[in-house]
Amino acid sequence: MGRKITIEPVTRVEGHGKVTIQLDDAGNVAQSRLHIVEFRGFERFVQGRPYWEAPVLVQRLCGICPVSHHLAAAKALDVIVGAGTGDGLTPVGEKMRRLMHYGQMFQSHALHFFHLASPDLLFGADGDPAIRNVIGVALEHKDLAVQGVMMRKFGQEIIRATAGKKIHGTGGIPGGINKNLSIAERDEFLKGADPLNIDKMIEWSQAAVDFFKGYHAQNKDYIDNFSVFPSSHLSLVRKDGAMDFYHGVIRCIDADGNKLLDDIDYQDYYKHIGEEVKSWSYMKFPYLRKLGMENGWYTVGPLARCNTADFIPTPLAQKEFEIFKAYTKGKPNHMSMHMHWARLIELLHSAEVIKDLLNDPDLQKDNLVVKGTKQKEGVGLLEAPRGTLFHHYRINDNDQIEMANLIVSTTNNNEPMNRGVNFVAKDIFTGKKEITEGMMNRVEMVIRAYDPCLSCATHALGQMPLELTLVDSNGKTIDQIRK
Amino acid sequence: MSDIKITIDGKECTAKSGQTIVEAAKANGIYIPVLCHFDGLKPAGTCRICTVKVGGRFMAGCTTPVAEGMRIDNMTPEIEDMRKQIIEMLFVEGNHMCPVCEKSGNCELQALAYRYKMMVPRFPFLWPKREVVANTPKLYLDKNRCVQCLRCVREIITTDGKNVFAVKERGGKTTINMDEKLAAGLSDDMAMRAMDICPVGCIIRKEVGYKVPIGQRKFDSKPIGSEIEGR
Ligand code: SF4
Ligand code: SF4
Ligand code: FES
Ligand code: NI
Repeated sequence: MGRKITIEPVTRVEGHGKVTIQLDDAGNVAQSRLHIVEFRGFERFVQGRPYWEAPVLVQRLCGICPVSHHLAAAKALDVIVGAGTGDGLTPVGEKMRRLMHYGQMFQSHALHFFHLASPDLLFGADGDPAIRNVIGVALEHKDLAVQGVMMRKFGQEIIRATAGKKIHGTGGIPGGINKNLSIAERDEFLKGADPLNIDKMIEWSQAAVDFFKGYHAQNKDYIDNFSVFPSSHLSLVRKDGAMDFYHGVIRCIDADGNKLLDDIDYQDYYKHIGEEVKSWSYMKFPYLRKLGMENGWYTVGPLARCNTADFIPTPLAQKEFEIFKAYTKGKPNHMSMHMHWARLIELLHSAEVIKDLLNDPDLQKDNLVVKGTKQKEGVGLLEAPRGTLFHHYRINDNDQIEMANLIVSTTNNNEPMNRGVNFVAKDIFTGKKEITEGMMNRVEMVIRAYDPCLSCATHALGQMPLELTLVDSNGKTIDQIRK
Repeated sequence: MSDIKITIDGKECTAKSGQTIVEAAKANGIYIPVLCHFDGLKPAGTCRICTVKVGGRFMAGCTTPVAEGMRIDNMTPEIEDMRKQIIEMLFVEGNHMCPVCEKSGNCELQALAYRYKMMVPRFPFLWPKREVVANTPKLYLDKNRCVQCLRCVREIITTDGKNVFAVKERGGKTTINMDEKLAAGLSDDMAMRAMDICPVGCIIRKEVGYKVPIGQRKFDSKPIGSEIEGR
């Protein structure tokens, strides 16, 4: 009799998910599925609203990564108001937005590492669940916990100085930004009392990368083999191939590093990327049209970005990037737990970019907004903390939104997360009749590596828990754990 | 205009005959909340947020002229709660989502709600179906947020004397109608004026939303009433 296992909730993942593992009569894993309940009502919700409301409106749909939505929408509207993309804005408009975005990257990555990932690393998959959480980290590794809190705070202050509020600000407006950075605000970040200044943030980011490398050296087997499967990787890169979170062209490489897409203007994303609906999931499955639905899936996020980019345009992160690349001899890295490594390199890069931006006198300029000939349609893409984020709007003659299409990072990672769960499930559930705490945590760990924003994919309010169920081939539940 | 003596909450004040209670209070550094009233416009007395008590009777402070020896109650708990109720009613009678509204920070209704520490209205939300009018080049009318103060009706008049905004229906069904042709012909200044005169986010000048950053909006650092009480 085949059996099915469902895991729900995924703790320390923001949002709601459910994992079902189906065993066949021989006790082997026949199928595993990560179900995420996605509410796509927002696309209808914005219909009829005046277009300039979109950046403020859509960011409400996620309490976890609002800045990414805010800026992706603003970028789409830049096109609509005729300001073009990328260098269409004034230097202060473009750079204030970048500062906001890298501030968000910094705080999100810091949060993920210190609050969500470090418990898995510090205490291991089989660690006592009572301490295998951020409280446990705080108790046993006080310095790390404090750093996590302070880095997050620093990032949030950057967001506040650029968007007006720590969450749900209004900074990005069609064609630019609504404020510049005053000298006083700037100096607060450059010369603030320790630890809240950018030099300390760079130092701590470097220490976080070093911490990971040290841990990796001690736990190679676990980190390198936990979940490994070939995947295509997609992200924006700067035109010259540099890593860029705010703007660029679409690049996608296959599992061996061959370019499937390169130098693609994202205004044309829909010519290259399709979205498939599956009966068992509410979340769509995006795919590369040229490879088709079956093989066209791809991974986005920190690991994808470190795989697609040719280099990182800041010195400290570039040094780490070279070490990272050398580990796989320049080939794409497919080790799920290396996502944490990539994320920390990006954390360091973000801190370096923030410093460069703070030192840029363009941020004190006054020409905040550019407008040109109005267009009916616009697409805005950026690299959100969790990966490529797509916003696409069309307006009518009365300036109202008549069509909106969003592909959020977590939706892009739908298939790879399913594959990751499958990989781990095959490893640990074969021949098993019940679910232990350690087994459950391994499934969660692979999901957590992707840092899925289930809140954003599902638009759930607050944190919703998740469940794991084991079911036989007749659909009968054998075991179930909820957290 | 001769000086007359009145008291507001027991405080002796000097007023000029012909002044309304609201005007006299203001001249004496006392704030009486207003919403439909706007300095320089003929009082309409539609919202009743300015309610005061004179000789045991409730009256609208924006329409009632002062008289010698008037003893006015303004800040009593009873009156203050009544005002709070009016604010709550205005919230439940429309569809207000301040976090995404571009008038946030510049909105008088929102500022009053902050002043009166409104958390959750005591009345059930009515979720009325209200119309949005977008088919004019400069203005966007979101009736979900209209409080029927009639400021627009009184103020926005074309150079040849025509009303751009007019009241349609009465009582609970009252709505504000915008003459689309006249609205399309408004100068940029008049269109901006229409947005500014509206106390809430009902009349919106298109394509200028969120231009003022958080922190620099009208009520971000100066709560409503502080400009009078602070003097
Ligand atoms: S009009 Fe005022 S009260 Fe209504 S949603 Fe807008 S800000 Fe809030
Ligand atoms: S549209 Fe504005 S100004 Fe006119 S009645 Fe409504 S709330 Fe008052
Ligand atoms: S302000 Fe007096 S009735 Fe509205
Ligand atoms: Ni999100």
